[in-house]
Amino acid sequence: MRTLALGSRRVGYEVRQYFRQGDTVFFTFLFPLVMLTIFSTAFSETSFGIDDDGNDVSAAAFYLPAMLAAGVLLSGLQNMAVDIAVEKGDGTLKRLAGSPLPVFSYFIGKIGQVLVTGTLQAAAILLLAGVVFGVRLPDDPATWFTFAWVFLLGVVTSAILGIALSGLPRSGKSATAVIIPITLVLQFISGVYLSFTQLPDWLQNVASVFPLKWMAQGMRAVFLPDGYSTLEQGGTWDLPGVALVTAIWLVVGLVAARFTFRWIRKDS
Amino acid sequence: MTHSEPVVSVRDLRKTYGSFTALDGVTFDIERGETFALLGPNGAGKSTTIEILEGYRDRSGGEAAVLGVDPGRGGLDWKARLGIVLQSSGESGAVTVREQLSHFASFYPNPRTVDEVIAAVGLESKQKTLIRNLSGGQRRRVDVALGVIGRPELLFLDEPTTGFDPEARHRFWDLIRKLKAEGTTILLTTHYLDEAAQLGDRAGVIAGGRLIDIGAIDEIGGTEARTPIVRWIEGGTREQRTTEPGTFIASLQDRLGLEVPGLEIIRPSLEDVYLGMVGTTLVSEDAS
Repeated sequence: MRTLALGSRRVGYEVRQYFRQGDTVFFTFLFPLVMLTIFSTAFSETSFGIDDDGNDVSAAAFYLPAMLAAGVLLSGLQNMAVDIAVEKGDGTLKRLAGSPLPVFSYFIGKIGQVLVTGTLQAAAILLLAGVVFGVRLPDDPATWFTFAWVFLLGVVTSAILGIALSGLPRSGKSATAVIIPITLVLQFISGVYLSFTQLPDWLQNVASVFPLKWMAQGMRAVFLPDGYSTLEQGGTWDLPGVALVTAIWLVVGLVAARFTFRWIRKDS
Repeated sequence: MTHSEPVVSVRDLRKTYGSFTALDGVTFDIERGETFALLGPNGAGKSTTIEILEGYRDRSGGEAAVLGVDPGRGGLDWKARLGIVLQSSGESGAVTVREQLSHFASFYPNPRTVDEVIAAVGLESKQKTLIRNLSGGQRRRVDVALGVIGRPELLFLDEPTTGFDPEARHRFWDLIRKLKAEGTTILLTTHYLDEAAQLGDRAGVIAGGRLIDIGAIDEIGGTEARTPIVRWIEGGTREQRTTEPGTFIASLQDRLGLEVPGLEIIRPSLEDVYLGMVGTTLVSEDAS
């Protein structure tokens, strides 16, 4: 009970700190918005295919699901891994380790921070796409329900994997240098910046091992016309596959986080 | 728990890192309500000792009990009874002084009020400032404030006043005296011997991983080291240790006249005593 109460206090504390740090706000929160703006403007004359009613699919509509998926990865995995590695390096965790704060409350705070900032980010991306770039958003509840579970499962998995990866950088200073290349490569091979179906088969197969490809696919299922499903590997949106692979990574992340996380490196 | 049981009890404490021995059999007790100063040069083992007692490091050998608990196995209830001021802190500090203190206060069952603690460390005018915008000395005062916010029974202070200006240091001493008066037990490490003399009831001097002396602040080093020194000029500066400086000066006056040139009587301060002790240890270690 106390653990949960303290955890919810941590959420407020973490979110407040997040928005006071200019670099994290830019590189994790605003980045997908900036990229969506760039793609939508640069390719404003290009058609990305025809939808089921025969209308052109604009660049903004085509990149919207990719940027939502990128946002989930950045707000979750990248933000979490860098944040915790920095806190390990600068003494934040050492101070908490000496206080009666339960480890679990700390994690509730972190995951809550990712949920809050990730949701605000997704809302901002949808607003930008809908209002500024005139993307027609889905209007049936079933599609939004799909969005909700793909998003929530993706955010939580991404956050847990971030916690698990936070032990990788050997110091707070090297955190961004270690983590950002991982997320960048994942974004390129998982169909965020490059159209996934145009990648060579072997690279598609490599990307299919990792969760981002599946999160992006889930987002495409929500926002792209149904006819586009034929372009996917296997020719369908494969939502059960999205759920399964993401959930497997959630479990892998939980186990890894459980066994690798330490408040401090004892005797370093 | 009975009152006779020490708050901190250390027996033959050892810590090795590979082939390096950081602590080589340290033994001491700290009684309830006592302020114990751990003195010694850099790298002598002060911080290793304090971090083992705080639960941050594992010991390689010996026994340790803090509030009756093995610090290697202390749980959250145990941590709630401690206050820890670490030697260094470098948090990003994107929260204000007040936010940070009220957040940490919520971790503890019976915390002090935030206002009381902010006033005690003299940060009233900075309470709405983000911690990252504070000066080094002000941040250090936040560290101290976070150490005492939970109303600890035992407070660890690892070089608490590094970077303080003299006025801030005196305010800090007042704060510690107040905590002492409320019955807080304190383990202090410091480089400032005047600080140890001001605050400490007893001191231990640690050098090369060994406790080379322990005792009341005004007795440490033994009577020999505290014997007054008479200094005067007679074909160069000369010194004489004597337990009877008056008689000795009278004999000087007989020889050199009433106004003996450069006459001083020096009663060794804790600092002089300490430097005498640590100096000989360092010299003998360098020779080996």
